[in-house]
Amino acid sequence: MYAFNYHKPGSVVEAVALLGQNEDAKLVAGGQTLIPTLKQRLAMPGDVIDLSGISDLSGIREDGDGLVIGAMTRHADVVGSDIVRRRIPALAALAEHIGDRQVRNLGTLGGSIANNDPAADYPAGLLGLGATVTTDRRTLAADDFFIGLFETILEPTEVVVSVHFPVPERAAYAKFPNPASRYAVVGVFVAKTSTGVRVAVTGAGAGVFRETAMEQALSAQFAPDALAGITIDSAALNDDIHASRDYRAHLVTVMAKRAVAAAS
Amino acid sequence: MTKADGIGASVKRREDFRFLTGRGTYTDDIDRPGQTHAHILRSPFAHARVKSIDVAAATAAPGVVAVFTGADMAADGVKGLPCGWLIHNKDGSPMNEPAHPPIVIDKVLHVGDQIAVVIAESRAQARDAAELIEVDYEEMPAVVDAVAAQAPNAPQVHGDAPGNLCYDWHLGDQAATDAAFARAAHVTKLDLVNNRLVANAMEPRAAIGEFDRATDEYTLITTSQNPHVIRLLMGAFVLGIPEHKLRVVAPDVGGGFGSKIYHYAEEAIVTWAARKVGRPVKWTADRSESFLSDAQGRDHSTHAELALNQDGTFLGLRVSTVANLGAYLSTFATSIPTYLYATLLAGQYTTPAIYCEVKAVFTNTVPVDAYRGAGRPEACYLIERLVDNAARELGIDRVELRRRNMVPASAMPYQTPVALQYDSGDFHRNLDLALPMIDYDGFPARRAEAAQRGKLRGIGFSTYIEACGIAPSNVAGALGARAGLYESAEVRFHPTGSVTLFTGSHSHGQGHETTFAQLVADRFGIPVDSVEIVHGDTSKVPFGMGTYGSRSLAVGGSAIARAMDKVETKAKKIAAHMLEASEADIEVKDGSFTVAGTDKSLTIGEIALSAYVPHKFPLEELEPGLDEQAFYDPKNFTFPNGCQVCEIEIDPETGVSEIVKFVCADDFGRVVNPMIVEGQVHGGLVQGIGQALMENCVYDARSGQLVTGTYNDYCMPRADDLPFFAVKYHEEALCTHNPLGVKGCGEAGTIGAAAAVMNAVVDALSALGVHHLEMPATPQAVWQAIRAARPSQAA
Amino acid sequence: MSVSVTLTVNGRSVTRSVEPRTLLVQMLREHLGLTGTHVGCDTSQCGACVVHLDGRSVKACTVFAVQADGASVTTIEGLAAADGTLHPMQAAFREHHALQCGFCTPGMVMSAIDLVKTNPAPTERDVRVGLEGNLCRCTGYHNIVKAVLAGAEAMRPPVVPAAE
Repeated sequence: MYAFNYHKPGSVVEAVALLGQNEDAKLVAGGQTLIPTLKQRLAMPGDVIDLSGISDLSGIREDGDGLVIGAMTRHADVVGSDIVRRRIPALAALAEHIGDRQVRNLGTLGGSIANNDPAADYPAGLLGLGATVTTDRRTLAADDFFIGLFETILEPTEVVVSVHFPVPERAAYAKFPNPASRYAVVGVFVAKTSTGVRVAVTGAGAGVFRETAMEQALSAQFAPDALAGITIDSAALNDDIHASRDYRAHLVTVMAKRAVAAAS
Repeated sequence: MTKADGIGASVKRREDFRFLTGRGTYTDDIDRPGQTHAHILRSPFAHARVKSIDVAAATAAPGVVAVFTGADMAADGVKGLPCGWLIHNKDGSPMNEPAHPPIVIDKVLHVGDQIAVVIAESRAQARDAAELIEVDYEEMPAVVDAVAAQAPNAPQVHGDAPGNLCYDWHLGDQAATDAAFARAAHVTKLDLVNNRLVANAMEPRAAIGEFDRATDEYTLITTSQNPHVIRLLMGAFVLGIPEHKLRVVAPDVGGGFGSKIYHYAEEAIVTWAARKVGRPVKWTADRSESFLSDAQGRDHSTHAELALNQDGTFLGLRVSTVANLGAYLSTFATSIPTYLYATLLAGQYTTPAIYCEVKAVFTNTVPVDAYRGAGRPEACYLIERLVDNAARELGIDRVELRRRNMVPASAMPYQTPVALQYDSGDFHRNLDLALPMIDYDGFPARRAEAAQRGKLRGIGFSTYIEACGIAPSNVAGALGARAGLYESAEVRFHPTGSVTLFTGSHSHGQGHETTFAQLVADRFGIPVDSVEIVHGDTSKVPFGMGTYGSRSLAVGGSAIARAMDKVETKAKKIAAHMLEASEADIEVKDGSFTVAGTDKSLTIGEIALSAYVPHKFPLEELEPGLDEQAFYDPKNFTFPNGCQVCEIEIDPETGVSEIVKFVCADDFGRVVNPMIVEGQVHGGLVQGIGQALMENCVYDARSGQLVTGTYNDYCMPRADDLPFFAVKYHEEALCTHNPLGVKGCGEAGTIGAAAAVMNAVVDALSALGVHHLEMPATPQAVWQAIRAARPSQAA
Repeated sequence: MSVSVTLTVNGRSVTRSVEPRTLLVQMLREHLGLTGTHVGCDTSQCGACVVHLDGRSVKACTVFAVQADGASVTTIEGLAAADGTLHPMQAAFREHHALQCGFCTPGMVMSAIDLVKTNPAPTERDVRVGLEGNLCRCTGYHNIVKAVLAGAEAMRPPVVPAAE
């Protein structure tokens, strides 16, 4: 990889300032995406700002009708959290299928959502649960947070602090992993909440998206069979050697049914 | 009875301690004093003219010691990399053999082709500087598919290989085969592709070159399966270094599977450059670089036809294959789709007439050479897929059809119509062993039960035979090999009775340090821990041909047996002298030398001591010392064979195949260490399963870019993709022509597995009318096949 | 620009000056001579480089050395006792022939130990899934899975009858 300067701020304020001072700087949270990218020389940041020294970015706590998970919380800690397992087991299950054990020991919630890989798992969890992202300067609904391919609404110097997840009545995540990379070819997060049903799809398109036809059908009847008549339009879906658009469209339905069955 | 650490005992491996404690010594673990680091700039294009290369900025970059191009090497008299096997065309003319420079001169022929080498104080500096090299490319159209490369207007990879043809070769009796088809009651036809694979030994290749100006000696430390072959090829053909001035060391090597047999450009580059810069030069591949520079495997497109009479008797086999050799001829590339492939097309069957033609073609892809099995998996896959389809078409049970056509044990030795003579084998016995292991009779019930769960269950058989223990040098030579294929060994008894065994074989996972010691322990009744195995260093071991083609025990082990014969002969002489008896009266058993009918006896240890302290030797008749060398050249190939059965369950909703059961029953001849043999089978199976279900090397047809250039896209089998395996073997049909009766086991699993898996997949889908599916049968491919066959249920 | 990194590696404190771009695995191999930790890929998948960082298994090729500053690192070299007595997991790998070429072995053993730490009585499926971050090309995983199951058993503390 290319050489860079390393910074380890002790506070979010300091991190934001460093981002402001160094135009092409990159944040490193868990590093599980950034470091492979740098190794392949696909990015050339002059400065790397390590968030691991900011202790108040980590942690999981209950907050009224929901959970708050710090941006630097490792996937493994979400998997092993009694709080998460008790309140939103679907979220712990989702985290358990990210990468592999070693990736989960370092990878973080904040890093995953800020990167917004179109095949990442967490974006589906946030969008499916209707989570809220808190940054150093504002709060953002998941519906507004994810924009498109590796793109979020975050400003260049903005730092994710935590995510608030409302507890659903029931929820489940069904993932069809890429046999090689184990990223999601298609991942569907289904949640039944007091305000309705949310269905979030990752892996299939340029970014995570909600499948509203499925949401309406499931709001009427929360059962796998409710999805039978819904056809997914494949035109906008991803197409690669592992999965064609048509296959992905088909898998969205299959995974959605399986998620509903698991949540029922 | 099996001795505690003799032949037949599952002795725990002696090499394990160092590997388990992080004390192995792989090439990249070695640092030489004053060492520099090489980074190789590789072509980003599949086919381009190199109009100019400007290395000025790179040369001036921090830490850079030197930058060299192909022109620099050529100006120094460095020659191209040689091909080790000459194939002749149907008309008797020799194959096309285009130049293969270690660094290109004016044209790149595949993505990853070597453009220049930067040598710097650190690896990072070398790579940083390489980005400063300015190359002016004129991109040209590329061709990556071998069939497409034969089209009239296809891009031409080499100026001196018209039509991209390396050779147009054939084997077998065409007239007899045509006649067989003419009288056949039924012909089963199949077009199939044997997909390209990447070997992916977990240790990436690495090499360290070193030159000592004081002695004029070069040393190359490299990740090789056969250091003497590298010394010969690089020294004599590429760099012009006499062999007594070139030492090649292959230390611990992290897997090979064929990909570390060949002499690679990087070995010549670091060795040559070490002299130019006057310091050791080290190069280690990144995995991404391995994908672009390690020889790849398979890549055949084949049309095959099997002629049968009404009762299912095989009458003839006709095969036409186009083999993709990639951009250049790798060391043994030319022999793989010919003598290691077409000669195996009889399989285990009595097919009386076989004709095979093979066109080998250049493309703008990474060179293709032997990968575990090498030609034999391609043959097995083709035969066994044909047999399954023929059984279905004729309505004969697939096991029954195989049984009817198998060469009976009573017919051994059996001359096939494709050159080989099988010396031994009991194919029916393998099948008899395997059927109860898989509970074939219970399969219909299991299939019905799976159907109730919405799953499609299939069972697939594969019987395989391979020609191993390569090879009788006179036969190989007559077929175009440019090397002998014997093996060497030296058994050196020390005065205290311990042994150092030098072998020309090379262990890179096979466990020779254990099994070879067992051979000595078994013969002389000494503990395995009294035997040290030395291998992998041309300055220490006699000239050897190395390890590939399941040959180590069959050829290398036989050389050890011969050297031990010589030791025993000498020890008998010494014993006769010491015991004042006639040599003819000395009886040898388990390392004891006894005068017949008496209790006068000496152990091999006592004899060794006196051999080195020959105070009363009649020196005119008896030399001191107990140290013997042997070269063993096999009389014939060996023919490991077996039967594999795979049971699979397919989720029709997703297309995911799950292997629920996999059994095999094999004949490897005599088994020295069952634990190690079973381990070889497990690993081999998974490489075959990988080919069938997940692995695929894909190039973009237009740009020639490697699409599957990392583990994100090239799907490697993982622990959670696989079940436990059930493995049995029998020792009822030993090899008849080597001293140990051994056949080899390294490739067997791979050779049969792809066919067994694909037969199971097709069987699972056959009720839908699917009768063939190309490898790999990925979830997407299976789902598409189901959808095409049964639109309503997969939509 | 170099940075100073202090680690406790296998119980010993070490300090080296490295470039920020230096990976933990490079520091271990190139600066500390601990070559038992291997590099088998450049995309963080093969797991040959797995070490324990503050008690958790990580891919040492996907951590900057400077990120590990102040941390405790255990490598394959730190498992066996000084007298050569193998860790129960290492011993199980030998007993069950769970290694051939040995290249993936250090990472595989380090992952296996971490797996057993959080799941002391894993099933076959747990082991297979738990090793998804480690590639082996030699063994077909058969004997590795057997070894990890046996190693887990050997690592389990003996059940002591509760005091009356």
